Amino acid sequence: MVQEVAILGVGMHPWGKWGRNFVEYGVKAAEDALKDAGIAWTDIQYVAGGDTVRNGYPGYVAGATFAQALGWTGARVSSSYGACASGSQAIEAARTRILAGLCDVALVVGSDTTPKGFLAPNKGARGDDPDWLRFRVLGATNTTYFGLYARRRMALYGATSEDFAQVKVKNARHGLTNPNARYRKEVTAEEVLSSAMVANPLRLLDICATSDGGAALVLCSMEFARKHTANPVRIAAISTVTPVYPSNVIEMPNFSTDSAAAVAAPAIPFRDSIAHAAYEEAGIGPEEVDIAEVYDLSTALELDWYENIGLCPAGGAEKLLRDGDTTIGGRVPVNPSGGLACFGEAVPAQAIAQVCELTWHLRGQAGARQVEGAKVGISANQGLFGHGSSVLVKR
Amino acid sequence: MKTRVPAVNGWLNIDPARPRLIGTKCASCGSIFFPRETTRCRNPHCGSARLEETELSPRGTLWSYTGAEYKPPEPYVARTDPFQPFAIAAVELAAEKMVILGQVVEVVMVGDLRIGQEMELTLDTLLEDDETETITWKWKPVAAVESA
Repeated sequence: MVQEVAILGVGMHPWGKWGRNFVEYGVKAAEDALKDAGIAWTDIQYVAGGDTVRNGYPGYVAGATFAQALGWTGARVSSSYGACASGSQAIEAARTRILAGLCDVALVVGSDTTPKGFLAPNKGARGDDPDWLRFRVLGATNTTYFGLYARRRMALYGATSEDFAQVKVKNARHGLTNPNARYRKEVTAEEVLSSAMVANPLRLLDICATSDGGAALVLCSMEFARKHTANPVRIAAISTVTPVYPSNVIEMPNFSTDSAAAVAAPAIPFRDSIAHAAYEEAGIGPEEVDIAEVYDLSTALELDWYENIGLCPAGGAEKLLRDGDTTIGGRVPVNPSGGLACFGEAVPAQAIAQVCELTWHLRGQAGARQVEGAKVGISANQGLFGHGSSVLVKR
Repeated sequence: MKTRVPAVNGWLNIDPARPRLIGTKCASCGSIFFPRETTRCRNPHCGSARLEETELSPRGTLWSYTGAEYKPPEPYVARTDPFQPFAIAAVELAAEKMVILGQVVEVVMVGDLRIGQEMELTLDTLLEDDETETITWKWKPVAAVESA
């Protein structure tokens, strides 16, 4: 077990397609997190930004961009990029600085403004960039990879399109009253099953959109927290693991898996290893988890995550879903926020938003979507090019 | 006659009589890499710089598949207007113990595929202009190869 840090404040800017500068969303989320923590911006000693690569130079140096927008104070700064895992990279930067004793209180911020349609590589021909080449040579979008996983799941475990649709139905219902969600509307299985086919077997309503949004956390040492609150939500573990060679499941944006011809594949595949490392670090097991926020880039992928984070054995996810275990009111609700199904993805904000949601539930402040009695929560996510991301929180 | 060039230099043999993906093999530990690794063996317990070119098996089994129903964004270049949907396959090579992606030949659609079936590598045109024909690899069901 490692030492814990406290989550003193959380804040978000609602997700949507607002079309404004990403800095605005980050500043709003930061102001809300500071207010929630009951401290002033000038109290912050360290700012950790999650980068966006679609908004020019200010996005590459997000930590400094947010610090400047909030007003320079001389605070130390960092900016992290790990694709969809950028947020947890920033959270980890702040946590380790606090645990090293180099600061008492830190602000973590991520926000994004996204273009319409498929995410695509930045402009310019780059014949040695696998992310550029997979579009050029294969025409493989992100949804291609989601489609491959979904079809594999159907063949291995007998998942059906109806199961995938039911994930969307559940998440749409969860997000109905979430003020930060972009889509707040009931969706029927028929609507999912009749939406346009995008990456067979996945249809438009199986796949998450891209959104604008922002999320922020105020993290601090347990000693600092005691001066402000009696019983804070704490971060028990953060996993930022990379794969172990040979990584033998196809990962975005790769053309191939590693070869297991010379070295046997690891006992724990990469996506299982992400939460596994968090559980090990916290000394907490998956059976203790009350609530989870996982990265439902597609409906089918949410089912994979149930198994990857240890909620059930491989092949057990469809039963968990059908039995209502992962619905609010069930044994271990998954994506009570509504997930990416209701939010759409705002890349550098998303892993931070997952922690905001878990924190509200552990405090009992999640309103109509509250998961009653939640004491332990886990987030799981993955950034392309081998970025694991999982945050384990408890109260 | 147009000049034929591979979609990516050094990734494939574009001889129609012997279509093959070309990777590299570590002379020290035997690890195989596609796309080719030429600097350092990525087996962390090896790290050798002795990487030699090797052809990959031209046949494998279908690990999974999907379809591109909408035109992918740039830098993808569609060869037809309107865009024609195509299938993408992930094929597992037994000897190399790895999965390799590729488009599926145009005549084979998602509904024609099933996981576990045998697939074979073939060549097709990726792009074409007045002087150059750019050649890529595609996967084709073995049954379709035999009946073609």
